[in-house]
Amino acid sequence: MIRVFLVEDHELFASGVRNELGQEFALVGHASSVAEAVVEIPKAKPDVVLLDVHLPDGNGPEVVEALPDVRFLALSVSDAAEDVIAVIRAGARGYVTKSISPPELADAIRRVHEGDAVFSPRLAGFVLDAFAGQTAPAIDPELDQLTPREKEVLRYIARGYAYKEIARELHISVKTVESHVGGVLRKLQLTNRYELSRWASERKLA
Amino acid sequence: MHLGDVPDVVPGVPCATMCGMFRRSATDRVLTGVAGGIGERLEIDPVIVRLAFVILTFTGGVGLLLYVAAALVSRKPDPDPPPPPKTSTRQAVAIALVLTGVLLALRGIGLWLGDGVVWPAALVALGSAVIWTRGDEATRAKWLARMPSWIREDDESRPRIRTLVGALVIALGAWAFLSSNPPLDLFDNAPLAVATVLIGLAVIAGPGIWRLIRQASDERRERIRQEERAEMAAHLHDSVLQTLALIQRTEDPNEMVALARGQERELRTWLYGKTKPGGDGSLSAALDAVAVEVERAHRTRIEIVMVGDCPLDDGVRALVHACREAFVNAARHSGARGVSAYVEVEDDQVTAYVRDQGVGFSREAVPTDRHGIAESIEGRMERNGGVAVIDSAIGHGTEVRLRIPRSRAT
Repeated sequence: MIRVFLVEDHELFASGVRNELGQEFALVGHASSVAEAVVEIPKAKPDVVLLDVHLPDGNGPEVVEALPDVRFLALSVSDAAEDVIAVIRAGARGYVTKSISPPELADAIRRVHEGDAVFSPRLAGFVLDAFAGQTAPAIDPELDQLTPREKEVLRYIARGYAYKEIARELHISVKTVESHVGGVLRKLQLTNRYELSRWASERKLA
Repeated sequence: MHLGDVPDVVPGVPCATMCGMFRRSATDRVLTGVAGGIGERLEIDPVIVRLAFVILTFTGGVGLLLYVAAALVSRKPDPDPPPPPKTSTRQAVAIALVLTGVLLALRGIGLWLGDGVVWPAALVALGSAVIWTRGDEATRAKWLARMPSWIREDDESRPRIRTLVGALVIALGAWAFLSSNPPLDLFDNAPLAVATVLIGLAVIAGPGIWRLIRQASDERRERIRQEERAEMAAHLHDSVLQTLALIQRTEDPNEMVALARGQERELRTWLYGKTKPGGDGSLSAALDAVAVEVERAHRTRIEIVMVGDCPLDDGVRALVHACREAFVNAARHSGARGVSAYVEVEDDQVTAYVRDQGVGFSREAVPTDRHGIAESIEGRMERNGGVAVIDSAIGHGTEVRLRIPRSRAT
């Protein structure tokens, strides 16, 4: 059973998630602040941490950066670009909004556990937006640009397609879709791309 | 004076002794916080330090030089300062004695503007110190207890006695200044006499006026805060509380979801709306408006993901209308929980995908008298030079793909 740790300061939401996921996952701990999470997560040794982006004593990215070996799935009511990109750039493996349905959330946790990235349509849109525009030369072409195939996959995700459907549309395997998304995630975390930094600094992320 | 020309560290002097002798004050500052910093470090009232600088400035500019030197050897203000300590009377007396000593020494060296200027100036400064200093609460309480009641009754933060004594000393200084400079005699030179009296009054009344200004600005800030809070309360009352009340009265779960959804969208717009790029008259604003309308009318949930944005023109408007038609069709016929849309603005075209995961349909089965798809979507797009493709299969949902070229009117 996948061990799940919950970092969430809204007790109502936390108990809701516990009810929904309790059958399927082993809930090994719960923290409601950055300070608590940083101490408790290493003790509980979870496979996946569900992380609220806004916490009373700080923000999700701080937790992600403090624990680089842990797999995080970010969860938030906000779908503001700065929140999403900041937590992904800090190292989270995915981002979903709190309005996600319980089966979709369970599916996202499983995928993060298997090492895949979880992109919501909105996150895919943000990434396409951030990597859009060909005006400035890329500093590191390997990292600073998306391949046409990666863009294609992201567009399908933004259109609401599941990985399976994307694989069927593009005549590739689901594994290949996953590796494209993983590539995008890596680029997002490592790139120094001019547009992305400018875009980030405009939104006060840098 | 060019402060930048002076090196930060005096050559040959180890940094440990010169740098960072004290921090400039972040909270208590008139110019740079130097006097406030010295006051905090020596635990005396900064007002006394300030006046010391002023008096020393009268004696050939020594005070000014000392101030600049102090500014250079001090460290940046502490970002999170502790509250400044209070002065004790003993320290104030000590400072006064040291200052008198320095003045006498300077007089001996000859750095002096003359007895008729410096001593009256010192008197005026002493008087202002009496009025300006905050004083030590405990000492004050002790003193006040011995005072007759007509003095005590007036007190809120500064006893009247303090102002009286200060004013007296300042008046004495002004009188000394005028009488010790015979060419400037009171009766021979009325304008100067008037000016001296006015300056004396300004020094006496200064603290009171300063306090009034501070109070006024504090009150204004508080009022603005209260108005903001009232505005937010009013908004939440009109929107969120009303919706929550409605939700509690509703039996139909779909209705509840729709109410919650509509409220969520409205609240988000209110919270983040002001920073939305494009503004009115943009594709994103038009699409949002359409989505809100369809969500309300058809009790569904529409998620729009946008990449880029552009102003509205005829083609883009046609695309928005076609999207609306697609939203309505999905809401009415698909039976799906929600509709998702992806809209991408490129340099030469705008593409939109409206998708639901509902029951789907086959084109042949749609009665010919239903104009929704043929007229409102395909016809509209074609008339504006665009393309509409509708992809659906029974049991596999529906996707409407729209593409319109962007006009090059720029």
